[in-house]
Amino acid sequence: MTGRYGREISTAIALAAVLVAVAVAAPQFYGARNLQQILINNTPVLIVAIGMTMVILVGQIDISVGSQFAIASVVAGLAAQTGVPIFIAGLAGMIAGAAMGVVNAALIAGAGIPSIVVTLATMVALRDVLRWTTQGRWVQNLPPAFQWAGFGQTSGEILITLITSVLFLAVAWALGNLPAGRALYATGSDAEAARLAGIRPARVVFFVFVVMGLLTGLAAALNAIRFSEVQSNAGAGVELKTIAAVVVGGASITGGRATLIGTLLGVLLLGIIGPALTFAGINAFWEKAIQGLIILAAVVADARGKARARVVPNR
Amino acid sequence: MLLQADGVSKSYAGVHALRGVSFELRAGEVHALVGENGAGKSTLIKVFTGAVAPDSGRISIEGQRVEENTPAKAHALGIAAIYQHPALFPELTVAENLALRLEGRSLWRPIRWRARRTRARALLAQIGARIDPDAEVRTLSMPEQQMVEIACALGAEAKIVIMDEPTASLPAQEVESLFRAVRELRQRGAGIVYISHRLEELPQIADRVTVLRDGCSVETRAIADIDRATLIRMMVGRELSAVFPKSEVPIGETVLETRGLGCRASALRDVNLTVRAGEILGIAGLVGSGRTELADTLFGLTPADRGEIILRGQKQTLHSPADAIRLGFGYVPEDRQRHGVIPPMPISENTTLACLTRFSRGGLIDFKLEREVASDLAARLSTKMASIFAPVSSLSGGNQQKVALSRWLATAPKILILDEPTQGIDIGAKAEVHRLMVELAGAGMAIVMISSELPEIFGMSDRIAVMSHGTIAAVLDRAEATQQRVLALALQGTQ
Repeated sequence: MTGRYGREISTAIALAAVLVAVAVAAPQFYGARNLQQILINNTPVLIVAIGMTMVILVGQIDISVGSQFAIASVVAGLAAQTGVPIFIAGLAGMIAGAAMGVVNAALIAGAGIPSIVVTLATMVALRDVLRWTTQGRWVQNLPPAFQWAGFGQTSGEILITLITSVLFLAVAWALGNLPAGRALYATGSDAEAARLAGIRPARVVFFVFVVMGLLTGLAAALNAIRFSEVQSNAGAGVELKTIAAVVVGGASITGGRATLIGTLLGVLLLGIIGPALTFAGINAFWEKAIQGLIILAAVVADARGKARARVVPNR
Repeated sequence: MLLQADGVSKSYAGVHALRGVSFELRAGEVHALVGENGAGKSTLIKVFTGAVAPDSGRISIEGQRVEENTPAKAHALGIAAIYQHPALFPELTVAENLALRLEGRSLWRPIRWRARRTRARALLAQIGARIDPDAEVRTLSMPEQQMVEIACALGAEAKIVIMDEPTASLPAQEVESLFRAVRELRQRGAGIVYISHRLEELPQIADRVTVLRDGCSVETRAIADIDRATLIRMMVGRELSAVFPKSEVPIGETVLETRGLGCRASALRDVNLTVRAGEILGIAGLVGSGRTELADTLFGLTPADRGEIILRGQKQTLHSPADAIRLGFGYVPEDRQRHGVIPPMPISENTTLACLTRFSRGGLIDFKLEREVASDLAARLSTKMASIFAPVSSLSGGNQQKVALSRWLATAPKILILDEPTQGIDIGAKAEVHRLMVELAGAGMAIVMISSELPEIFGMSDRIAVMSHGTIAAVLDRAEATQQRVLALALQGTQ
């Protein structure tokens, strides 16, 4: 037994090892501007990963977040085009995300269809709806107050980082301190046992998918204001990045076990590989291969942990 | 002698399932095996089919001793087993299912479809079953699937066919065609071990009967020499050995009443019962008689679609366990490993899970209160644990059961439903659970206890409801209940 947080500690050690290796191989990586850039680039992934942690915690999966992200980005951009305050435009993106979350939630928790199937369908459908309506055009001619919410780059980056940090801390605290957080862990561990304890697993799952959509909308809006135009293919690959980060962070893919601190470590570990390779002068093609190996290691650790749990005496 | 078992013993974690059982099966006979729940019938069959290795004793087939029996070996020696729920592949056709069992395994030899179908048709015809060999098994009824299993045994030229409650789920008119098929097997010289709870059907089909009780073989007799009452007496025939701490407590007013309660999905029908404060109502009956289904319906897991649930005089509708908990129910299910507790969660969190809001201050979990209450309950139940934060999976079965109980003590229910509360836990923990039940009843809780152990039912209950075929056959007072009477009610056929 490595203790309750063994998986998170392993990920932290791996992250530290990478950081040390980079310090030796490419010390210029530690430039303030570069670190800032890595941080800001990963904030959207982290926000989506917060939602994904909850989704995986309750034993589900959402692979439609990339498509949700794209639609929410475009919705926020279109709202901003009409001249409403940027705050309202961001809210529009979040509402769009939550609405898509409701669709997933209704099909998964309401109709009882497996989440992998539902979100595969919504992933494809939402992406095509967007492609068809935008014809691939970007949202341009945005008001000047759109980029960085009118605060300028430095303040804008601080704002985004601040929102992300507050959100992260709030959700981490809620998972540990609210009865609702406990209900998530119970549902993911054993939905039937949770039901017998008076929890309503279907409601829990519904709620989680709506929050997933809401957070994806927020991430999309915060991502969009970093640029002067909104791409209609934003968020491509976000689903893979976030699921990978959650798994690398020590979550059990079958549910019941996940921590937000683990997810943060996962996002950082996977997020610094690319830039670190660039600074070390290694071909960037290696990025995906190394990330793949890290994910594989995490999944193997999860499977081995489960095998060990299975031979615990006195069952 | 086709099959002979001598002095077969088997124990699971110190519990004796079989103690020196002897059994013999002749060629061309149907040999019935009867006994209460837990008498050791299933274990004995598993020894024959090689699924379980006995601790001691020997098995011989046609005079040859069988060493280290395995399922493959048993199959090769001509032993076939047919269970209550046929083990066929639902998506494959009848002919394909038969072929899977009967044809040699060769990955490269092309399939001879026509021969396969002809053979299936011939086998089915021999046992008088009118089943299309090309029908997918999932489209067949349960009796038809049983027939396919029998055709399989016939095709394998099995010398020994073991049938575990083949008629349990069959309507009366289907039983006769099953019997015809069994007689066909017997005619061909096969020996059949026939397990059934339907004692009344034994004279029609069996030649001899062996009674198992508490893991021992009591007696073997010709079926013609024995009547139903004698059989039941042989199946029970024990004194109440264990001491139960049951004490008389004042019985209060009616807490729970059901009128004509039924649930189509779980075949529960027309249940009328009352439970009063301070009372322990024992629910006896065979496995599959609807006991757990009744508990599930009372707790809102499989909500009733007929009848009424009346709590303290008020008619209530339960749609979910959450409703039941709000109304004052607690439920420790039979399958505690999976559903009574959440194994990876700490003991403290498992204890408070059913009433988390009560452990919250201003919407936040009060960890101090949670720890205190969980520790108090663990001390009261003398739960042996490393720490209150240890995962429940680290505990022994008996201690896990105590955590499952403590969850409901934390909610302070008015009615506590316990399904097999002491199954698979050691004697010490068992006594503690019994002591706790008495204490709770003394404090005015109404307890519904389902148990397969008749001594426990008799030792702990104020009244005993006997279930059979999805309903309550009778409710007996402690004074008027005898083991024979309870068993006779539990075994009674469909009216």
